[in-house]
Amino acid sequence: MVGGHDDWSTDVTEPALSVDGLTIRYGSAVAVDGVGFSAPAGAITAILGPNGAGKTSTIEACTGLRRPAAGTIRVLGGSPEDPSVRARMGVMLQQGGLYPTARPLEWLRYLARLYGAALDPADLLGRLGIDPAVRTSARRLSGGQAQRVKLAAALLPDPDAMFLDEPTAGMDQGARRDLIDLLRDRRSHGRSVILTTHLIADVEDLADRVIVLARGRVIADGTLAELTESDAALRFEGPAQLDTAALLALLPTGYAVSEPEPGRYVVEGPPTPSVVSAVATWCARHGALAFGLRPGRRSIADILLAAERGSAA
Amino acid sequence: MTTPSAPGPVPRPAFVPRPASVPASRRIAAHAGWELRLLLRNGEQLLLMFVIPVALLVGLRLSGLAVVGAGVPVPTVLAVSIMATSFTSLAIGTGFERRAGALEFLGTTPLTRLDLLAGKLAATAVLAGTSIAAIVIVGVLLGWHPGASWAAALLMACAGCAAFACWAIALAGLLRAEAVLALANGIFILLMVFGGVLIPPGSMPAPLGAVAGLLPSGALADGLRAALGSSQWPWPQLLVLTAWALSGAVVARRTFRWAP
Repeated sequence: MVGGHDDWSTDVTEPALSVDGLTIRYGSAVAVDGVGFSAPAGAITAILGPNGAGKTSTIEACTGLRRPAAGTIRVLGGSPEDPSVRARMGVMLQQGGLYPTARPLEWLRYLARLYGAALDPADLLGRLGIDPAVRTSARRLSGGQAQRVKLAAALLPDPDAMFLDEPTAGMDQGARRDLIDLLRDRRSHGRSVILTTHLIADVEDLADRVIVLARGRVIADGTLAELTESDAALRFEGPAQLDTAALLALLPTGYAVSEPEPGRYVVEGPPTPSVVSAVATWCARHGALAFGLRPGRRSIADILLAAERGSAA
Repeated sequence: MTTPSAPGPVPRPAFVPRPASVPASRRIAAHAGWELRLLLRNGEQLLLMFVIPVALLVGLRLSGLAVVGAGVPVPTVLAVSIMATSFTSLAIGTGFERRAGALEFLGTTPLTRLDLLAGKLAATAVLAGTSIAAIVIVGVLLGWHPGASWAAALLMACAGCAAFACWAIALAGLLRAEAVLALANGIFILLMVFGGVLIPPGSMPAPLGAVAGLLPSGALADGLRAALGSSQWPWPQLLVLTAWALSGAVVARRTFRWAP
């Protein structure tokens, strides 16, 4: 793994992150409203939500960058403002995080002097595909290179807990795949990762636990399996604007049919074999191919869509 | 720059202790070194530190416009230099570091607000000390003869650096970079002209002079003039600068925001 400390163990009984009643205000606007959740140690926790949900504000508070108006935050059992706790954290910010006039290696060498133990900066840069001898200042690095230097800075103390704010933003597919492999590798060595994203693929590829935020509140919290487990609904995708009233007429009393987003349909009610068959047959008669017909299982996309619309999926 | 490649495993040392922060003294030293490294790479900074004060000294000497008594106005120029380095330059530099998000990342490391303040103060003191040495050498070459209490002058310079640097960080940690740029320059000019630097508080109209004497600029310039001109220990001025330094440190610690 890109790391070095295998000769201790993290206290797995203590969550890597514990947040209770977190409230963040910007003037009179409430960005985060009484949020509470925990991120287990040795797992990858994804904080998912639409733009403006409060993800970045939450991460900023959890890393000690922003003082909350109310609530408590415990990182690795301590305060995120405690230098000894920060020494065990690695952070990759969405924006900024580099001195514009500094070169990658000198920046990492300086940061390494703040930690009691740090990985070798030159070696780390080399492992992440940045030539340690490069004399290019941060402001002249490409977006992908800058992301890798920021990742190197986050990995430098070989942290017990990593916080990554939209880490795959601006990455090409190869770089994204490398990052996913790296984070899985850290998890396999008992390290904790907390990341924010608005990309469903990131969550499905990585997350052990998912926290969904919308309008500053937690609207869903659980493992991927828990969040997508059975509920009384049948979902499918097809051509937009099918005649849902006609479909509803075929179904037993008490069912409801909606199209929450063009081409995405939800049949609310027990997804019995006869109902599934009726829906598939009706679609076929109307020349519509029903993709992803899935009784009683909602996807992360359904949850995110519900978050954006402010209703249950 | 090499072509990006897939991350691979990093060979582990035989034993690496659990991650921990180094003591505050080492964090401050590390940050002071980092600041110096970046500052010395900045040509505008060097211009502000060395060229402008020395040019001012030579200009005042040659033009005969030295309003601070006769001869070479070294104490006045020293005060200008300390203000430029510890306040204007530091505030603007820090404001733009904050805007670029560079400080935001540091806020997630073991470096605390006080470490940042102390590191910047230490780096500024080194730069100001070098600038002071250059001004004194040029002053002596121009015929300046200090009747000096060097210890008092050194103490005044340190207190002046601390007072201005703390308020520079307080300003830069609270306002937008563009506002810091405008305010730091505006305050510098106002203090130089009306704050007891070019015109000693004692030579100003009574109410204005009394106010100027309580400003960090007036206290610094007057204190340096007393220490280097008459070998007096400028205790009242030292007290004023200490109060400004302490209040600035408290404000900076309370209001400084890492994020832009």
